[in-house]
Amino acid sequence: MPAPTNPATSTALSAPALPRVRVGVLGRLRRATPTERREWLLAFILLCPALFMLGLFVAYPFVRGIWLSLLDSVVGREGNFVGVQNYVKLWHDSIFQRTAANTFVYTAVATILKLSLGMAVALMLNNLLGFKRILRASMLLPWIVPTVLSTLAWKWMFDPTFSIVNWILYHLGFIRIRVDWLGGPVAAMLSVILVNAWRGMPFFAITLLAGLQTISPDVHEAAAIDGANAWQRFWRVTWPLLMPVTMVVVLFSVIQTFADFQLVYILTGGGPANSTHLFATYAYQLGVATALLGEGAAASLAMFPVLFLVVLFQLWYIRRGQDGEGAS
Amino acid sequence: MAAVRGTWWMRWVSLYLPLGAIVILTLFPFYYMAVTAVRPDREMYIPWNRPNFAPFWTLRPTLEHFALLFRETLFARWLVNTLFIALMSTGISLFCGLLAAYALARLRFPLGGALGTGIFVTYLVPQTLLFLPLGEVIRSFRLGDTPWALILTYPTFLIPFCTWLMMGYFRTIPRELEECAQIDGATRLQAMVRIVFPVATPGILSAGIFAFTLSWNEFIYALVFLSSATQKTIPVGVVSELVRGDTFFWGPLMAGALLGSVPVAFIYSFFVEQYVSAMTGAVKG
Repeated sequence: MPAPTNPATSTALSAPALPRVRVGVLGRLRRATPTERREWLLAFILLCPALFMLGLFVAYPFVRGIWLSLLDSVVGREGNFVGVQNYVKLWHDSIFQRTAANTFVYTAVATILKLSLGMAVALMLNNLLGFKRILRASMLLPWIVPTVLSTLAWKWMFDPTFSIVNWILYHLGFIRIRVDWLGGPVAAMLSVILVNAWRGMPFFAITLLAGLQTISPDVHEAAAIDGANAWQRFWRVTWPLLMPVTMVVVLFSVIQTFADFQLVYILTGGGPANSTHLFATYAYQLGVATALLGEGAAASLAMFPVLFLVVLFQLWYIRRGQDGEGAS
Repeated sequence: MAAVRGTWWMRWVSLYLPLGAIVILTLFPFYYMAVTAVRPDREMYIPWNRPNFAPFWTLRPTLEHFALLFRETLFARWLVNTLFIALMSTGISLFCGLLAAYALARLRFPLGGALGTGIFVTYLVPQTLLFLPLGEVIRSFRLGDTPWALILTYPTFLIPFCTWLMMGYFRTIPRELEECAQIDGATRLQAMVRIVFPVATPGILSAGIFAFTLSWNEFIYALVFLSSATQKTIPVGVVSELVRGDTFFWGPLMAGALLGSVPVAFIYSFFVEQYVSAMTGAVKG
């Protein structure tokens, strides 16, 4: 799996692995031949546009966001430095506590749902002989279509008075009275998680399917000859071989789900009574709807430690896999 | 293939029926969106438990909601805005991503690996982490409420993605190809533009299509950075102009949702393979 490598190895990416004496960047600059220097200059020029954009619109806002979270800014007025007061205030804010708990539950439940459903669908598609392409194409639709627009359709399907979901469940005999899907805290949370799983499952299914297709059927044949049943073959053969792909997909999805905004914004707006907020929707409510910029910035930066850990873990995992490949 | 063996009914129970159910569940919201978009209002607002409620079709389809969308909202304007913003930001991102990917995948230079990791990490930064300070930055550049607020900020999540995907493609192109050109007297830059980029065209196409749909679908930046109705993109326009307080105009809302989804679905249907390869490539590198 090609992935970012550390400086010591990337320079030798496809060059024969010569024993290399480690010298610092400065040492290498001094010892470089003119050809090498020309190559470095070209690399620098080619990287400039990307680094400029990312520096200006990611790195700079990040620093500015940290600063902003330390001010008592309100939209339209310069803030004063208040230290970590915004964070302290959030820490004692019962809505924020609820928000943090929601975000973890939302991420955990939705990810488990997406992984198990996606895995099931990938295995079934892999076993299918015909129609594979058309099924794969149509199944990705929730992932292609603007999330806000498909979520609007779900909101209409969950409508308290005209709900088609209720109609179907009633006529199938599952319910006798109406379910207010977005009306109560638990039901609303459940609905939001279901829609997230609906939208994210195809990504899992299609990526896992791509991973499954790289596993040689021979491995399964061999396991089958040794008397392993389908269940054992999955857990002992498919699951371990698929682990690298699964891991990356799960980590990607965890980041996206943890930082989700659109679904909750459309379906519940964080309600009823602030019971379904995620970090991002609460940050929006504070920073945009109530114009408390500093507090809003603090609420969204509260996501950072968790995201940071996930990213670190992902980098570590990818690099570990790469070292393993390099050894073989 | 380690296919499910056994009798035909086992295949049905373990394969066709569950897959069929999942496909129906996957596609039903879109079907319902389309039915609602052409359903006349007097048929729409009938409580779900009335016996004569026929939810799955309508016998009197109407285009009134679409007419309202174009007559009384700025939908056509939003469509043009969305298209312009998506094309521009995709173009910028492809340009930056292509150059950066070539440098990171093909050239040897100090700190190359660290920069590659840095770009990968920005790929993982969700939009919701920085939308408030980014809004401040946009305001201080006096770009608020203009298309440029989005054209310049969408590349923050598109460039890392394009770079990442293109690096994978460049690695599959044999180095000898370039070296031959250089032996024939081409400079490194000429070899890059004339030899490597054309070979990488499928990758560029994949990255472009993926980037286009991502910017078409973006929501939170568009919601926060734009304020006047004439500047909005489709997702924001539909949500903010067709919902008044607690009143949802479901007919026009679904018509707008349908029309906003069709262009991406249409492009996607032509380039499914590229799209899937971009999606799986984005994960595998």
